[in-house]
Amino acid sequence: MKGLSLIVVCLLVLAVVALFSMGTGRYPVSFADLLTWITTGQCRDENLPIILVNIRLPRLVGAIAAGGALAMSGAAYQGMFRNPMVSPDILGVSSGAGFGAALAILLSLPVAGIQVFSFAGGITAVLISVSISKTIGRNHDSVLVLVLSGIIISSLFGALLSMLKYIADPDDKLPAITYWLMGSLANIRMSDLMVILPMLFVGSIPLMLVSWRLNVLSFGEDEARSLGVHTGWMRALVILCATLMSASIISITGIIGWVGLMVPHLARFAAGPNHRLLLPTSFLFGAIFMLLVDTLARSVVSVEIPIGIITAILGAPFFIWFLKKSSQKSW
Amino acid sequence: MVMESNISLDLSHTDLGYSGRVVLRDVSLTIQTGEIVCLLGPNGVGKTTLFKTILGFIKPLAGMITIGGTDISRFSPKDFARLVAYVPQLHHSPFPYTVRDVVLFGRTVHLDLFASPGKKDRDIADSCLELLKITHLAERAFSELSGGERQMVIIARALTQEARFIILDEPTSNLDYGNQVRIIRKIGELRKQSVGILMATHTPDHAFMIGSKVVVIDQGSLFCCGKPDTTLTPDTLRQIYGVEVQVFDTPHNGICSRKVCAPVMESDSDNFFQHKTIR
Repeated sequence: MKGLSLIVVCLLVLAVVALFSMGTGRYPVSFADLLTWITTGQCRDENLPIILVNIRLPRLVGAIAAGGALAMSGAAYQGMFRNPMVSPDILGVSSGAGFGAALAILLSLPVAGIQVFSFAGGITAVLISVSISKTIGRNHDSVLVLVLSGIIISSLFGALLSMLKYIADPDDKLPAITYWLMGSLANIRMSDLMVILPMLFVGSIPLMLVSWRLNVLSFGEDEARSLGVHTGWMRALVILCATLMSASIISITGIIGWVGLMVPHLARFAAGPNHRLLLPTSFLFGAIFMLLVDTLARSVVSVEIPIGIITAILGAPFFIWFLKKSSQKSW
Repeated sequence: MVMESNISLDLSHTDLGYSGRVVLRDVSLTIQTGEIVCLLGPNGVGKTTLFKTILGFIKPLAGMITIGGTDISRFSPKDFARLVAYVPQLHHSPFPYTVRDVVLFGRTVHLDLFASPGKKDRDIADSCLELLKITHLAERAFSELSGGERQMVIIARALTQEARFIILDEPTSNLDYGNQVRIIRKIGELRKQSVGILMATHTPDHAFMIGSKVVVIDQGSLFCCGKPDTTLTPDTLRQIYGVEVQVFDTPHNGICSRKVCAPVMESDSDNFFQHKTIR
């Protein structure tokens, strides 16, 4: 089985990267100590378990969840919109969710409130983008119109966000919103993860279950319908699940761009276009990618670099490369 | 394929079009399983509207469309897709699915909501590839095939769907001459599978080659309908296409096998009319 072995290889790589990430940081942990602690629970250094469990483990789980969820929802969006160019950022989910979360921060809401607001913002943004492209795009290149609608909605929510920042208290709320927007895994606590992880299950399991139909949906509305797929319901389900996944991640990490666009492409190289394999592969690739980037972000220089900055720096050249490639060959 | 009792797809006094704009009026038409119906008509006359309506994408403005006596609006998308398969004109997928996967998509309608195809489905897909003699394409990327190969794959997908009717929208458009003939031959062979076929075409010869019936639409309604040999006369062709066409019988092993069309060119029109007057 090609598919099974790919998944197993990904899991092994993820495990190795996770070990590496656990051992890396300001407080050096030797590989031997780490292995002893994992296998026996014993440790020579009494600080070590505290650092590993309270600081590095939530961050590790957070990175895996964030990378995986953003990549998997990106793959689902790309399949459903039959468009390899879309991602949570491009459809406006990120900026919508960003606006929602900033509003919640401004109103001093708890974590659950930030999540509800960022989900509402994300789903509103994507629904507006899709409906604009449906109204305008009848006789135009639907891919182009969808991407342009996403850009319009992103900049609209961007403006609303600036408005919030402008009225936010500059000593307290404004820095909180600004750092949050840069995207970081530094402030993830176990309690956040407890709220997020169930959301990711709720979002990803239906996507996995309907992954075969997602393939059929990527042939377009009329063909999918003539193949017996209830396209309206299926689209609603995929949008809801993918937006739930990306918006809940955004609500705890801030905006981490490009992962949802880049990683599904890399996964498609390895797994092929069939969503039954592509979705889990995207999740694992995203998890590995994010864990590597986050480990870099907190270890390369003495001051931590916000992770959203690194993904954007990596993402821009990737997108240029991809545009060049797709102009040469049809996907 | 299991032989089931014959059923028919019927349009009775149907008005078709979009809200407020009638494209075709009072269309009545019957397609039996085991029958190949060729649909002819000039560009923009409403063939696509007719197909979209039969496929349930748009609702008829008046009248009924039934399959086996049941109104098509009463079928769920899934039940409907078990009865009618569709071979669209343009196939585009942005992702490089293999041919085998694309053919397997035809099985979706026989799967539960959360299921993916099993061994039985793969066997059916393989036998459909075999039937169309395209097994060698199975592992290729669909998006990299030529137009003729893609058309074959989509027909294989429609067969895999095991529907009672297959609707083909100009299956030979954009194909070279050899591929056109091959596709038409294959469609002709499908009659044996006891499926009913409705095929739009711009080539009257296709109707002579495989059509059990021809339906001509023009001027916002059904123009005429019947056996190709008696319906597609030079007169009819002139009226719908506005060009002079001669229709001949081909001698084949001394027997007239079927009719062919030959458009009259400017250069031979003098001869043509002279010939006519002498007679």
